[in-house]
Amino acid sequence: MAGTVKAKHQRLVLLAIALVVLVAAVLLSAWALRNQASYFYVPSDIVARPPEPDRAVRLGGMVEKGSLKTAADGVTIHFVVSDGKAHVPVVFRGIVPSLFVEGSGVVAEGKMGTSGTFVADNLLAKHDENYVPREMQNMTRAQAKQVVAETQ
Amino acid sequence: MHGLANPARFLRMARWLMPLCMGVGVLVAAAALGWGVFLAPAERLQGETVRIMYLHVPAAWLGMAGWIGIAGASFAELVWRHPLSVIAARACAVPGAVFTALCLVTGSLWGRPAWGTWWVWDGRLTSMLVLLFLYFGWLALAQASEAADGGQSRAPAIFGLVGAVNIPIIHYSVIWWNSQHQPPSITLGKSAISGDFLWPLLLAMLGFTLIFAGCVLARMRALLATRQADARLRRKALGAVEAF
Repeated sequence: MAGTVKAKHQRLVLLAIALVVLVAAVLLSAWALRNQASYFYVPSDIVARPPEPDRAVRLGGMVEKGSLKTAADGVTIHFVVSDGKAHVPVVFRGIVPSLFVEGSGVVAEGKMGTSGTFVADNLLAKHDENYVPREMQNMTRAQAKQVVAETQ
Repeated sequence: MHGLANPARFLRMARWLMPLCMGVGVLVAAAALGWGVFLAPAERLQGETVRIMYLHVPAAWLGMAGWIGIAGASFAELVWRHPLSVIAARACAVPGAVFTALCLVTGSLWGRPAWGTWWVWDGRLTSMLVLLFLYFGWLALAQASEAADGGQSRAPAIFGLVGAVNIPIIHYSVIWWNSQHQPPSITLGKSAISGDFLWPLLLAMLGFTLIFAGCVLARMRALLATRQADARLRRKALGAVEAF
């Protein structure tokens, strides 16, 4: 009996060591991948290290409030993507996803133009982690709380 | 846990626990889906498409939970040689793979209206697809080990433990790396989801988790029955040879 308990104990220790080594290896590789595995660059990255003019990259951030302008042809739009620290103007020609609005997230696929403007050939809307019912969108937090309290 | 080492005792418990989990799970999940689809409000930006969340989020959770189950059972098999661990791991694999596939399909259907694309190769989506392939690989390995030596091999258990490193990668993919998928809305003790969406969502997660548990128990019973039938056939064949 003592023998089997010892064998179990030994297996537990060996397996625990193996798991710790495995987790450390994964953390190290995730750390090494931290830039390469990102799906897009944020404006600060683009401003600090501009990509080569012909390289296709993705730019992600928030559409700055009040920056969205439609050109005279009706299909070309200009807007500014920001991450709070840097701002990159973007031009896009085409149909935008329905969730694309000012103050919301966007991922633009395209190339850096010569004049510092990002020329996008595709736009993806990015949803944030907040879920708010339609009826409460224009209320302040206190008003919404009051409505909830009244209906309960 | 060691009280359940006796398969007969486990079977006695599973006999009533399995239909209980299944019955309550189906009722709760149906109520939650009804609440989510017909009663919960539309979302401020996404509108009606947000309703697919009540299927997508439980599916994502159970796809990951399935592999956590495989890893836990694999650990018990390698350390304690628990007699039910091989069967428990095998029972978790198919439901886990089904929920992972369901998560990918519903996510794709949701991504088209919400993001403007069916699929992107960002950290979250790619690591979830890797999880589905891990399930396929694990199932093939477990089946091969069953055919070769009646499930004596430790290879599936080692695969199950090593594959578990993908679970934290899936979870943290949206935190470590910029991704198309949004960061987690529900973290310990905090929620960025309005209560109107949160309660049906939590109820749906509870309901589908009970259905998942019912499936695992049912599969464990079936696998145990198959083993017993095989052993009986072998004994019979042996007896026939001796009588001859």
